[in-house]
Amino acid sequence: MPSSASVPLVKLRKGDHGVILTLPKQAELRSQCIRLGICVAAQVRCSQRLPGGTIIIEIGRQEIAIGKALAGEIEVNVE
Amino acid sequence: MNNLTPDEITEILPHRGHRHHGTGAAAFLEQGKTRLVLVGNPNVGKSMFFNYLTGLYVDVSNFPGTTVEVSHGDHPKYAVYDTPGIYGVSSFNDEERVARDIILEGDLILNVVDAVHLERDLFLTLQLIDMGKKMIVCLNMMDEAKSRGLAINVQELSARLGVPVLPTTAIHKTGFDRMEEQLAQACVGNSESSLHRRLHELLNRVGSQAEALMVLEGDSIIAERHGVPPGDEREQIYVERRNRVNRLLDKVVTATEQKHSISATLGRYATSPWLGFPFLAVILYALYLFVGTFIAGDVVDLTEGTIGNRMFEPWVKDHVAAWTATDIVVEKVGEDAAGEEITLATRTFNFPEGTDANPALLQQMDSFRDGGTNNLRYNFSSPWAVIFFGEFGAFSMTVTYLLFLLLPLVLGFYLSLSLLEDSGYLPRLATFVDRALTMLGLNGRAIIPLILGFGCVTMATITTRLLGTDREKRIATTILQFAIPCSAQLAVIAALLATAGTGATLVYVAVILTVFITIGTVLDKTLPGTSSPLLLDLPPMRLPRARNVLQKTWVKTLAFMKEATPWFFIGALAVSILQVTGLLQQWVDILAPITTGWLKLPAEASQAFVMGLVRRDFGAAGLYEMALTPMQVVVALTTITLFVPCIASLMVMLKERGTREGLVIWIGSWILAFGVGGLVALVVI
Repeated sequence: MPSSASVPLVKLRKGDHGVILTLPKQAELRSQCIRLGICVAAQVRCSQRLPGGTIIIEIGRQEIAIGKALAGEIEVNVE
Repeated sequence: MNNLTPDEITEILPHRGHRHHGTGAAAFLEQGKTRLVLVGNPNVGKSMFFNYLTGLYVDVSNFPGTTVEVSHGDHPKYAVYDTPGIYGVSSFNDEERVARDIILEGDLILNVVDAVHLERDLFLTLQLIDMGKKMIVCLNMMDEAKSRGLAINVQELSARLGVPVLPTTAIHKTGFDRMEEQLAQACVGNSESSLHRRLHELLNRVGSQAEALMVLEGDSIIAERHGVPPGDEREQIYVERRNRVNRLLDKVVTATEQKHSISATLGRYATSPWLGFPFLAVILYALYLFVGTFIAGDVVDLTEGTIGNRMFEPWVKDHVAAWTATDIVVEKVGEDAAGEEITLATRTFNFPEGTDANPALLQQMDSFRDGGTNNLRYNFSSPWAVIFFGEFGAFSMTVTYLLFLLLPLVLGFYLSLSLLEDSGYLPRLATFVDRALTMLGLNGRAIIPLILGFGCVTMATITTRLLGTDREKRIATTILQFAIPCSAQLAVIAALLATAGTGATLVYVAVILTVFITIGTVLDKTLPGTSSPLLLDLPPMRLPRARNVLQKTWVKTLAFMKEATPWFFIGALAVSILQVTGLLQQWVDILAPITTGWLKLPAEASQAFVMGLVRRDFGAAGLYEMALTPMQVVVALTTITLFVPCIASLMVMLKERGTREGLVIWIGSWILAFGVGGLVALVVI
């Protein structure tokens, strides 16, 4: 297994898998993330990266688009 | 109302000081009957359930203290309420607060979930169950779940949730025949045991399990209603609930591996860094063909040009002219060899006591009019007749404008938007343009008001409500009011630019784009605070259902017309009064030296600018009759695009953004328009 590293979600490349380590600091934003399934320990896959940093992740069968600023605040462990 | 912070809203809603059912909802909801509340995530087909239960007679009204609309209808056994689509019950935005208050007052919950999207939807379901309300779950879009290879064990789901679960396909009404029977069996579900205990500890202090949950989840509004401190366990409860959803999914859903479906492929193309552009181009072109060419061209030519201007207005004015002093200018028009409209003959008929008093002259006029098409101009003597029935009159021009120009355009735009929304493209478009809009201090969601702005700036200004923060609403409103030409104006601008040539068009587009980007960037850099980041769930791409799309279009159009109509009348009245008192002319005279000296345009152009107040397109249309050089056209169009949107959009902006901010934007647009117009004139003329 390749070595795993903790990076902000925004750094994921298309096709990368990862596990979420931390959520954004702001409480309301964090709650909104959890509602959509973006929780600590959730498995994510980066299904698309757009130029400029907006990214689309898959959690289970759900696709979620995340803006660059927010994606920079979420840490993941890349597998 | 809309620029209030959540705290201020609590001040206004009349629920302070009551203990139990003391919410804004209590007075709003019907008494006596069992209240059935429909709850679900956005776009799960909830409205079809609502229609099925209530039939034709539906009452749509604003929830007290908000701009959120709530539908209410009657069923023999229930008073049925539809709530806005939400991801969870809390108070993150107005929609959630309204849904929360109605749910709290409801007796029975019908929760509609999308079987294809259970990961997302079951969070809300479990939260509703934790609230301890009697409920049933309708598992909708079962046909689609099946075709996507999802097998859902309905019995198991029902057993684990502890409430009846009814599989349905709303579009075919499959399963609907069992809805009433299931509703009769609605019951309180299984909430998590440790949470249940904590809720019961709070119960004697707040009155209901639902409210106890809201307090425990840190809802400060509900906590204050009961005089208890809000809890700080929201995140812990949310995480536990999310884990319960995941465990539940493991037990009840089996997914068979699917070949990539067409919809998934389309969804990927729409957000692909490269293919996203041609995808967007095709959609925009289709939009242009439908709204720009068909609706704004063919349909409006018929409704405004023929029905409004040649039938409705002459009919109204003819009745007024019967009893009040007027001149009637009759212009006989025909077509020349090239098919262009030309004036054949003009004659003025004078009726100092109205047309009824002089049937002989009326006879003469009719024989002059005989044959071919006529344009009639009524110059009423009485200021009252001018105000209400004159050129800009409330009962002449405003009615034509609203019903025969704006209504078809708004219908066209909302139809397109509903199609894009229901197909799942809209959230992908928002994702695709997110980065570009971030540079303007907005996020991808702001694409919706910006697109609508090309239809009607007034409509778009109202739509800025969907943006996350006040900061974003402020930036979007400013961009809309300054730099986005509405469809009425676009038509005239396009025609003028066509005569002025490619060079002029390029200069014009470059100037407007620069201003557009500059405004956004400057505001983003100077306004305090930060804008909200994009966080958007992307539903699967699917074929929109005609009925759903039509219904959405109709509801949104009706809501807009209801809200905007008074402002168009008030605007027209204000302008007519300015006209009658001569103030309009004075304003034109004040602007004339600036127009000639600074913008290097003919003095009459100032007339066109002021006319832009009445209707944005009037301003541009006035330029037709002047002999302008191509570069003068650029200067005039730049000035007209940048400054004042029509008076109705000014009114709506004042209401949405508050008087002070609205006036700052408005006065700013005058300065910017003439400033930039003059700079362009310095360079190109």
